[in-house]
Amino acid sequence: MKNISFFTVGIFFGIVMTKSEAISWFRIHEMFRFESFHMYGIIGTAVVLGAAAMWAMKKFGVKTLRGSEVTYNPMKLSIRRHILAGSIFGLGWALVGCCPGPMYILLGNGYFIMILVLLGAILGTYTYGLVMDKLPH
Amino acid sequence: MELIGNTFSFWDFVSQPWHWAVSGAAIALILAILTWMGRSFGVSTTFRNFCTMAGAGKRTPFFDIDLKEEYWRIAFVLGGILGGFLTVQFLHSPQPVGISESTIEYLGSIGIEYPNSDKEGRGFVPTEIFNFTSIKGVILALAGGFLVGFGARYGDGCTSGHAISGLAHLQLPSLITVIGFFIGGLLMTHLLFPLLMGL
Repeated sequence: MKNISFFTVGIFFGIVMTKSEAISWFRIHEMFRFESFHMYGIIGTAVVLGAAAMWAMKKFGVKTLRGSEVTYNPMKLSIRRHILAGSIFGLGWALVGCCPGPMYILLGNGYFIMILVLLGAILGTYTYGLVMDKLPH
Repeated sequence: MELIGNTFSFWDFVSQPWHWAVSGAAIALILAILTWMGRSFGVSTTFRNFCTMAGAGKRTPFFDIDLKEEYWRIAFVLGGILGGFLTVQFLHSPQPVGISESTIEYLGSIGIEYPNSDKEGRGFVPTEIFNFTSIKGVILALAGGFLVGFGARYGDGCTSGHAISGLAHLQLPSLITVIGFFIGGLLMTHLLFPLLMGL
């Protein structure tokens, strides 16, 4: 039944991302052309307020509903991996104009072409699983 | 929009595109709620879950994961799909996305017409490029998705995991990954995309 709560937060996520226009291919293209502040404003506000919220939750020792502390599992720092992986992701993000969340939300908005984009993303994930041992990490 | 008498409609008010600050604050709220619920904000892991569901865990250890710990994430993205559907049904913006004139002009120069009114299009997806009716459209949709899925798993996270959650936790690996997002994004937007459109 807990999943109903996550489903509800997901509905809110879908509404927010649609009304913010962050799911628009054109907004992403405009962002990468530095021709509008809109996307930078959204991400910047989310990061600043999100960082404040995470700081406050850690500072005041807020317990999560699963009884744990608010923590973050740090990744091992590997500049080569992060730059390489990020760049591959960025190439795709700028081409299809949406990152994973918006792929689902655009599908809900009636853009059925997202079925293909999601299929591509699942195939990409599977391919990574097959070749991961050969990649620098 | 006036706040006097019957001229103010709540639905008209929320049906306008939301200001970036409101949107950013709402995303921070989602991050905080998910964290409070004991989970971390991350969408791309659902792709890995679908590989596991399809049986990939039997062949590749990377996909041999306990799906019980992942159902919340599937529920979250299914909610996202419904949220998108509800928005288009009940909170539909009266105008297409208001992108900048210079972007519209540039796109026109490479053969992509921006919709003038909501009847022509909402300004969400350039369906003349991505569609089921052209081979090019199908290939670009699959290839773009492939790069996103591959890159997200290789980098262990996408925009929600790194650009929002990771940066909010002040993680250096996330910052470097976001720089990578921009290297790839700028390369695609300024060099490769115009070439692809010329094909």
